[in-house]
Amino acid sequence: MRRILAILPIIISTTGCIDKPWNNPNPTAKAGEIVYYSSFSLRPKHLDPARSYSTDEGLFVDQIYEPPLQYHYLKRPYELIPLTLESMPRETYLDANGKVLPSTAATDSIAYTRYTLTLKKGIQYQPHPAFAKNEDGQYLYHFDSEHEGRQYTTLYDFEETGTKQLTARDYVYQIKRMADPKNLSPIKSLLETYIVEFSDLNKQIKFSRENLKDKNSWIDLEDFNIAGLNIVNDYTYEITINGLYPQFKYWLAMRFFSPLPKEADRFYHNPGFKKKNISLDWYPVGTAAFMLTKNDPNSEMVLERNPNFHEERFPSVSESSKFYRFSEKKLPFIDKAIFRLEKEALPLFTKFSQGYYDRSGETHANIGSHSFDQVFSFGADGIELTPDMQEKNIQLEQDEKPAIYYTGFNMLDPVVGGYDEKSRKLRQAISIAYNDQEYVDIFANGQGKEAHSPIPPGIPGYQEGVKGYNPIVFDWEQDRPIRKSIDYAKELLAKAGYPNGRDEKTGKPLVLYIDMSASSSSSTPILDWKRKQFEKIGIQLEFRITDYNRFKEKVRQGNTQIFSWGWLADYPDPENFLFLLYGPNSSAKCACDSVNNTNYDNPEFNALYEKIKVMENSPKRLKLIEKMVEISRIDAPWIFGYTPQEFYLNNQWVSNNKRHGVAGNLLKYTHIDPEIREKNQMKYNQPNIAPLIAGTGLFFALIIPAATAYRRRQKETI
Amino acid sequence: MKPVILWSDLLIFILIVFISLFLRGMAKNPQVRTKWKQVFSKKLGVSTFIIVCAYVFIAFIDSLHFQKALPNIDQHITETRYETKLTSVLDLALGEMNTNIERTYSYPFSLKSYSKSMLKDDSGNLYRDFERLNHAGTHIDNDKNYVSDIIWQSAVSIFFGLFLSLFIIGLHKIWLIRSNGQNHNVYNYIPWNTAYITLTCVVILVAWMLHVGNLYHILGTDMSGNDVLYKTLKGIRTGVLIGTLATLIMLPIAILLGISAGYFKGWIDDGVQYLYTTLSSIPSILLIAASVLLFDVYINNNQQLFELGIEKADARFLALCFILGVTSWATLCRLLRAETLKISQLDYVQAAHAFGVGHARIILRHILPNVGHIILITFILDFSMLILAEAVLSYIGIGVDPSMASWGNMINLARSELAREPTIWWTLAGAFTFMFTLVLAANLFSDLVQDAFDPRTANGGHHD
Amino acid sequence: MLSYIIRRTLYAIPILIGVNILTFVLFFVINSPDDMARAHLGDKYITEEDIDNWKIQKGYDKPLFINSSESGFDKFSETIFFNNSLKLFVFDFGQADDGRNITADIKQRMWPSLAFALPNFIVGLVINICVALLVIMFRGTKLDQTAVAIFVSLLSISYLFYIIVGQYFFAKTWKLVPISGYLPSEPWKFLILPILIGVISGIGQGARLYRTFFLEEAGKDYARTARAKGVTEIQLLFKHILPNALIPILTGVVVVIPILFMGALVMESFFGIPGLGSYMLDAIRSQDFAIVRSMVFIGSVLYIIGLILTDISYTWADPRVRLS
Repeated sequence: MRRILAILPIIISTTGCIDKPWNNPNPTAKAGEIVYYSSFSLRPKHLDPARSYSTDEGLFVDQIYEPPLQYHYLKRPYELIPLTLESMPRETYLDANGKVLPSTAATDSIAYTRYTLTLKKGIQYQPHPAFAKNEDGQYLYHFDSEHEGRQYTTLYDFEETGTKQLTARDYVYQIKRMADPKNLSPIKSLLETYIVEFSDLNKQIKFSRENLKDKNSWIDLEDFNIAGLNIVNDYTYEITINGLYPQFKYWLAMRFFSPLPKEADRFYHNPGFKKKNISLDWYPVGTAAFMLTKNDPNSEMVLERNPNFHEERFPSVSESSKFYRFSEKKLPFIDKAIFRLEKEALPLFTKFSQGYYDRSGETHANIGSHSFDQVFSFGADGIELTPDMQEKNIQLEQDEKPAIYYTGFNMLDPVVGGYDEKSRKLRQAISIAYNDQEYVDIFANGQGKEAHSPIPPGIPGYQEGVKGYNPIVFDWEQDRPIRKSIDYAKELLAKAGYPNGRDEKTGKPLVLYIDMSASSSSSTPILDWKRKQFEKIGIQLEFRITDYNRFKEKVRQGNTQIFSWGWLADYPDPENFLFLLYGPNSSAKCACDSVNNTNYDNPEFNALYEKIKVMENSPKRLKLIEKMVEISRIDAPWIFGYTPQEFYLNNQWVSNNKRHGVAGNLLKYTHIDPEIREKNQMKYNQPNIAPLIAGTGLFFALIIPAATAYRRRQKETI
Repeated sequence: MKPVILWSDLLIFILIVFISLFLRGMAKNPQVRTKWKQVFSKKLGVSTFIIVCAYVFIAFIDSLHFQKALPNIDQHITETRYETKLTSVLDLALGEMNTNIERTYSYPFSLKSYSKSMLKDDSGNLYRDFERLNHAGTHIDNDKNYVSDIIWQSAVSIFFGLFLSLFIIGLHKIWLIRSNGQNHNVYNYIPWNTAYITLTCVVILVAWMLHVGNLYHILGTDMSGNDVLYKTLKGIRTGVLIGTLATLIMLPIAILLGISAGYFKGWIDDGVQYLYTTLSSIPSILLIAASVLLFDVYINNNQQLFELGIEKADARFLALCFILGVTSWATLCRLLRAETLKISQLDYVQAAHAFGVGHARIILRHILPNVGHIILITFILDFSMLILAEAVLSYIGIGVDPSMASWGNMINLARSELAREPTIWWTLAGAFTFMFTLVLAANLFSDLVQDAFDPRTANGGHHD
Repeated sequence: MLSYIIRRTLYAIPILIGVNILTFVLFFVINSPDDMARAHLGDKYITEEDIDNWKIQKGYDKPLFINSSESGFDKFSETIFFNNSLKLFVFDFGQADDGRNITADIKQRMWPSLAFALPNFIVGLVINICVALLVIMFRGTKLDQTAVAIFVSLLSISYLFYIIVGQYFFAKTWKLVPISGYLPSEPWKFLILPILIGVISGIGQGARLYRTFFLEEAGKDYARTARAKGVTEIQLLFKHILPNALIPILTGVVVVIPILFMGALVMESFFGIPGLGSYMLDAIRSQDFAIVRSMVFIGSVLYIIGLILTDISYTWADPRVRLS
C-alpha cells in the first residue's frame, strides 16, 4: 500500500501536462499539409451530377464539378458570374420559325430562347484513369469484357491516369445523360418542359435501351441529337428552350449542368465495374478545385486539391473589407479536406468545441437544443455567445439559406380544403392558433424568423416590417406584428361552422389529421406541441406517421389533410417559391412530378404567376408579386411557418466563413491557420486524470481488505 | 363516458384471468404450495412481490380506457358525442397531472421555467427572465414560501398515506385473525411485518405523488412541458405489458409444440426441432427489426384500418409483443420438450399408456401439471429481460410507437438532454428510477421463484 | 470427429434453406418489389415507368419463383428467388438498394466490429469469471450476499444508461478519450471506453451466472474433500472448481463467438464505430432490405457454426464427452 501511495504523485506529475491531447479523433496530417477537418451527417447516396439533388451530396459534388456559372461569393443580392465560361451566356430570342428576334421583341412573339455559352480555353480535368492512354493513343482502361478489368477493385488501383481538356461536348453530353431513363435524374421531367425536343431525346434513348441485351450497358449519347442542344465548336454550345424563361440562367449554375466527358462515362460502363462500385455515383470526375481521393461513406470522405485546377482567384475586395487579406489570392487555400461521418449532433458538437472540427457543421449548423445553452446566452441586446465561447473566440456566421418551413392544407380535402368563405375561415383560425414563433423558440432555440408570406428573406419580393406583415394572422402594434388572439381565432372557427371545435350540425368534434414523417421517439415533443396548438381552439388532432418516402408520396397524391413541409430555394428568385402555389403545378391533379403539394388553385393567382414567370425583376414585377402574396394570405393554403436562421460556428483559426444561400462550392474559399489550431487543441483538451487516480485507488482499496479477508478465511477450519 | 377496449387491454384482462387460474391450479397441488411457501416465507420475496404487484396494478388501471362525453352544444342534437382522446382510470386518479402542461422544461419542484424567455411587465416593456410556471404551486400566496409549503404538503400526504395503509393493515389483521380461528395458522409463515412495511411505503409514496404531484412537478417537465412524473407513470403500462404479453402471446404455441414434440417424438419432434432451430438461428434483433418494419409497411398501406393514432400505436405495440414472443419462444419450447421427454418415460405415464388412457388425457393430467414450473420460471425470467429490451429497441427505432409513453422513448430523448447546460437530468432519472425498481424487484423475485421451483439451482439450460 | 462435423454441417443446410425461405417471404412476398421501389424513389412523383426502371436496375423485375418465359435451367435461375436468396449460399450478396456492393461493405466493416467485439468478449469473460471466483471464495458470508445484491442491481440497469453515463463522464467531462469515431490506424484510443462500458454492463449478468455454476461445483463432495485435505482455496478454485464448471460456461459462451462478427448494434452506433452493427442499424433505419436479408443469412450461418463449435468444445473441456 505504501508503495502505491508513493507512486501516485509521480503519475500526477508526469501526466499533469501532456504534449498531445488524448482524445484527438482525427487522423494525423502529413507535415506541411493544410488540412481542413469537418463532418458530414448523411452518407451521400449519389455523387452523379445527373442524379444528386440534396445539399448533403452537394457538400462533395459541388467541390468537384463545375457548371458553366457560379454565384459571386460575397455580393448580395446574389449575382451570377461565369465559372468556366468566358462571359455570361448570350440570350437570343427566336420566333416560331426559328428566326432571330430583336431583344426588345414582345413577350408573346418569342417562341424560343437560345443560350449560347462559350468556354474558357485550357481547363483540364483532374487526373483520372478514364483518360489514360497508351503510346498508340488507345484508352488503356476502356474494356470490353469483365475479364480485362478483373484485377481492379477500386478506382485507386489503376496505375496510370490521364487528363483532358474541358470541351463543350462534355457539357452537352451531361445534359443528354439526364434524358437517359437509366440515370433517374430528378429534373428530367422539368427539362422536358423547357429544353426543345428533350422528351424526344428521352424516347430515343429509351427505345435504343430496350433493344440492348443488358439494359444497363453503355450507349454513346453523342449519337443522339436534338434541336435544343447544339455543339457549335469545341468551346461553344447552345441550349434552346421553349418560350421565355429568364430564370433558366440560374439553372446553369446548378450541378446538373456540370460537364461530363464521354470517356469517363464509357470507362464507368466497363463490364463488371458497377458490381464493384466503380461508378459515377461513387467516383466523380470533374474540373473543380478538389477531387475525391477517398470515398468511404462509412467513416470518411477526403477531398484533395486538384493538381490540374485552372487558375481562379478570390474576388477582388477593397481594403476596408475583412476579406482584404484574401483579395485576388489564388484559390484554393487548403490542400485537403477530411469529412468524417458524424451521424449524431451530440458527439459532433463536442468535437467541435474541443477544436477537432473546424466548423460546427457544413449543411447544418448542428446547434441543437442540446448544445444551444453552451453556445448562446441572452444578453442586453439579444442573443450573444457565452463567455466560454467568447474566450475561445468562436466566429459566428448566420446562415442565409432562403428556405421556408410551412404547414400546408390539402386544398382538395373536403374539410380543410375549398375556396368558400367557411373553409377559408377555418384555415385562418388554425393559422392564428398555430404559433410558429413558439415552435422556433422551443425546437429551434429561437433561430428562425416567423414567416408572413411564401417568400423568405434574401429573395426579391420579401418585405420587412409593416409592409410585409400578414394582416390575416397578425395585428400591427407597437412597431411589431402581434399574433391575433385565440378568442378571435375561436370566433373565426365558429363562423367556419365549428363553434368550440364541434360541428354545428352534428355536434361531432372536429378531428383533423396531420401527416408526418417521424418515426423516432425524438419527435414526440413535436407531436405533443402540435396537438397543443390545435387544442387551443378546441380542434382535436390525430397524427398519421409514416416514413419519409411514403409521406412524400402521400402528400403528392393529395392523400393528406394537413402536412408539414419545407422548401429550399434552388435559385434566388421569387418564382422558385410562388410556383409552389401555382395551380397547374398541383401534383395530385397532373399526377406528375410537381411541386404544388397543397393543390392550391386560384385562377387569379395563376394568371399573375404566368406573368411574373416571364419577367425580369422590376418594380412592376414586385407589384404583381405583392398582389400574389396577398391572395395567398387570404386563402391561407399554408400556415406560413418560419424561415430558419441558424448560426454556424467556426473556430477562430478558420476564415472565409461567410455562408451563401444558394451556392455550394464554398470549400475553395475556406482558409485555415493550422498553427493556431494546434495550440488551441492542446489548450482545450487537458485531460482530467483525477477520476483515473481515484478509480485506481478505489480498486486497490477494495483489493486489500479482500486479501486480508481471504487470508483470514484460509486459516479457518471447516 | 364510453368504455373503450383496446386489443392490448383485452389481452391484459385475459392475462389476469389466466394467471389467476394458473395460480389456483397450482395451489391445489400440495407440492406446489410448499414451493410457494418457500418463496413467501422470505422477507425479500414478500416485499418484491408487493412492489411488482403495485406496478401491475397501475398498469391494470391504466388499461381501463374510456372516452369522455363532450357537453351537448345544441338541444336539437340528442346523440352524445365523445372525445377522440382516450382516458384511463389512472388518468382520473392522477387528477390534473395530465393537463398541467407548461411551455417547456422546468426543474423538479420548480416554480419557474428552465430557460429565460421574453416577458412583458405591467407597463408593457419587454424583458427576459424565467417565466413563472402556470401549474406549479399556484395555490400558494407567496412564492418565497414554497419550500415550507412543499414540506407541509408532503407531511399532509404522508400522514394521509400512513392513515390509509394503517386502515388496510387493520382490515387485514382482522381477516387474518378470523381465518386463523378457522384454519390453523395457514399463513403464519409469511413475514407479515415486512409485508406491512412495504405496503405502507408504497401507499405513502403513491399518496405523496398524487397529492404533491398535482401541486408541483415532482420530476419537472419535459421539452414540450409535460409532467415527467405523469409520463413515467404512463410508461409503467407499456413496460409491464411488454414484459408479460410477449411471453403470453406465444405461450399456447410453445406449450403445444414443446409438449407434443417431447410426447409424440418421431417426425413431430423433428419438425418442431427444425422450426425452433431455424427461428433461433436468425439474429433476433434483425428478425424484430424486419418484422416491425414490415408491419409499418402494412400500417402505411392500410391507414383506413386505424382511425385513431392510439389504435395504430396499439396495433404496432401488439405486433412488437408478438414478434418478441416469436424470438423468445424457442427457449421455452426446447425446455418443455426436454422435460416432457423425461416425464413421458416415467413409470406412471407408461402405466397410463398401458391402461389405454388417451393421449390428450395423459398430456392434460400428467404432463402439463408437471411442466408448470418451467412455464412459470420462463415467464418471470423473461419479464425483466423484455422490459430492458424495450428500451434498446426504442433506441434503435423499432420499439413501441413514439406516441406511446415508454421508458425506452424517455431514455432515448434524455440522451441529448443530458448534454445541455445546465444538465437536464430529471427525465433520465425518472425513467431510470421507475424502470430500475421494477426490474430489480422482478429479478429478485424471479431468483427466489427459481430457487424454489427449479430442481437444479443452476439455470444453464441443457443443450441438445 | 470429422464425420460428426460433416454431418452437422449437412444438417445445417435445411435450416439455412428455412431461414432463406422465411426471409424471402418476409421481404418479397409481404413487401413487394413495387413497395420497395416506392420507398426508395421517394424524392420524386413516382410513375409506373420509374418503378419499372428501378426494378430493372435492381433486378427485381423478374418473377418470384418460376420464370415461364425462359427455358431450361433459366426457368429457375432468372427469378428473384434464385438471384436474391439462393445466391446467398455462395455468399454472393449482390447490391444494396442504394446501389452499393454488400460484400465489399461487409469485408470493410467486419474489422472495426471485431476490434471492438473480440476484446470486449474476452476481457468481459475473464473479468466475469474472476469476479465470480472471488465471490465464491467468500461463499456463505455477508460479502457473498452483498455481491449478489450488487450483481442483481447492475443487471437491472438498462444497457443504454451505462453508455449514456459513461460517455458523458469519460469522454465529455474528463476528456480522457475521444467521444466517438474510429481510425483503423489507432483503434485503441476509440475502443477503450466502449470496451470498458461493455465489460462493466455485463458484469452483473455474467458474474451472477458463473457464481451459480461455481457454487454448484463447490457444494459437491470432491470439493469438500479437497478442502479438507488442505488444498488451499486458490488451488481449489482454479484446479478443481473452474475446470468442472467449464461445461455450463461453454454452453453459453462458445455459441456467441462466431456471432461476434456481427458487431454490437447499439454500442457501435453510440460510439460511431463503422462496423457491421452500425451497418445493420443504418440498413434498418433506411429500410435497405437487401442488406438486412444478407445479414440475416450471415447471422444464421454464424449461429450454426457456433452450435457446432460448442459441441466440439465439450470434448475439449470434458474428455468424457464423445461426439458420435
